[in-house]
Amino acid sequence: MKVEQISIFIENKSGRLAEVTQSLGDSGVNIRALSLADTSDFGILRLIVDKTDVAKQALKERGFTVNKTAVVAVEVPDCPSGLAGILQVLDKGGVNVEYMYAFVERCGENAVIIFRFDDPEAAIKVLLENDVRVLEGERVYTM
Amino acid sequence: MIWNEDFETLPREAIEALQLTRLKQTVERVYAMVPYYRESFKKAGITPADIRSLDDLQQLPFTLKQDMRDNYPYGLFAVPLDQIVRIHASSGTTGKPTVVGYTKRDIDTWSELMARSFMASGATRGDVIHNAYGYGLFTGGLGAHYGAERLGASVIPMSGGNTKKQIMIMQDFGSSVITCTPSYSLYLAEALAEEGVNVADLKLRIGILGAEPWSESMREEIEAKLGIKAIDIYGLSEIMGPGVGIECVEAQHGLHIWEDHFIPEIIDPATGKVLPHGEKGELVLTTITKEGIPLIRYRTRDITRIISEPCICGRTHLRIERLSGRSDDMLIIRGVNVFPSQIESVLCQIEGLAPHYQLIVEREDNLDSLEVQVEVNEETFSDEVKQMQELSAQIRKDIKDLLGITCKVRLVEPKTIARSEGKAQRVIDRRQG
Repeated sequence: MKVEQISIFIENKSGRLAEVTQSLGDSGVNIRALSLADTSDFGILRLIVDKTDVAKQALKERGFTVNKTAVVAVEVPDCPSGLAGILQVLDKGGVNVEYMYAFVERCGENAVIIFRFDDPEAAIKVLLENDVRVLEGERVYTM
Repeated sequence: MIWNEDFETLPREAIEALQLTRLKQTVERVYAMVPYYRESFKKAGITPADIRSLDDLQQLPFTLKQDMRDNYPYGLFAVPLDQIVRIHASSGTTGKPTVVGYTKRDIDTWSELMARSFMASGATRGDVIHNAYGYGLFTGGLGAHYGAERLGASVIPMSGGNTKKQIMIMQDFGSSVITCTPSYSLYLAEALAEEGVNVADLKLRIGILGAEPWSESMREEIEAKLGIKAIDIYGLSEIMGPGVGIECVEAQHGLHIWEDHFIPEIIDPATGKVLPHGEKGELVLTTITKEGIPLIRYRTRDITRIISEPCICGRTHLRIERLSGRSDDMLIIRGVNVFPSQIESVLCQIEGLAPHYQLIVEREDNLDSLEVQVEVNEETFSDEVKQMQELSAQIRKDIKDLLGITCKVRLVEPKTIARSEGKAQRVIDRRQG
């Protein structure tokens, strides 16, 4: 039920982001979703890609610090209050959201949001109990 | 007890008068006998006649370890080789060793100063001195040996190594004083424990420890584990060898420098300016009785300060504080002395952090700023900004707690800190120029 996300430590230096995307392109890796968190000194790039292990290896070879984290892809009704409803469910279930970002592709009529929870297992349980659709990793990588 | 009451308790004015007389003689001798000094004095526009007071010493140029290397092996000797009775050399980590020669009188002086040092540590002629300093080119073994004989004690010329044998001799011969490095004394303590030897059954009562930097907490550990008084001794082969200074057992606070033979100064290592007593800086020593290889204002690179308050032991010779590092790598940031090793110790205590770091020092609006760059690795990297900021906040706080200075911590990508020949360049100081 979980989706693998890779995160990359990037110093605030010109060209670093381009290097990441270039080395992914060279390895034939397609980026499915991304989010960049930045501070004044460094940034953390989080990516969902079609080939996680290939991407991780390629980036490590280029000298980047790369981690793999489990995140959860959730289908969200693409209408007003769609996201709000899901966040309420999570809040009631006592689940903590560390960060989240939207997926580029839609899944049918629905949008897809990537959630980073402090406790993904608990979050998935809460979501499923409330009939929220959680996407399998395989589905997400090939969307 | 004091070995040489007359000289060790001389009133300050008498010490200074004696120093001036001997300094003048030394300066005249090196000017006449050592081409290197004649040249360097000429370059500085000084002749021996310009030395009229002890303050005039400050006009003389420094002697560096490099000058000794440049004049390898005998270039700085002030007597012909037929008057040299002993040659020692210090191991050079890079290239050739530095070579020192002693006349008969130099050996005599050294023995006297080591005898003084032994007695200051609490040792007497009744002691069995277990000398575990290495015998050989290194000055430690023979220096302590001659001093122990001069004292009239029974000296066991153990030299280093073979710990099992050291322990056997210590038990059977009744060693009461040990001379070795502080780290070896701790090693010995562990070996004793492993052998099941109860230190209370040994006669050991004093350790005279030197030749490497150690801390007050290490002293406590040594004293507790070996059941001895641990005394700090100072020396360097360029100046003489062990016995340039020693702590007295009465105060165990600061090392008396035998000022009738050496003049200590403390300088700012960056500017070379002499600092007042009490301020921390680099120790500079001038030999004023040495014949074989007299050295003028030798920069020891050791960091300390002069303690000028009278000592409870009755000796009038100035003390230097326990060494706190080497000036080779010392930074002074906003007036605070900072050693890369201190930063390294902070980083090593943070779990997962690799000690790959670089210190960037800059001056903005006349204020020094320190930036500590630390490489992020897979263990410390998190996809959450919060975690990364907590990491840098913790480093900042730990450095502030230890050194009292505020710094900026910058997390950098791995292997961005330049490594040359496997050794990282730890400091980039952009304040000069």
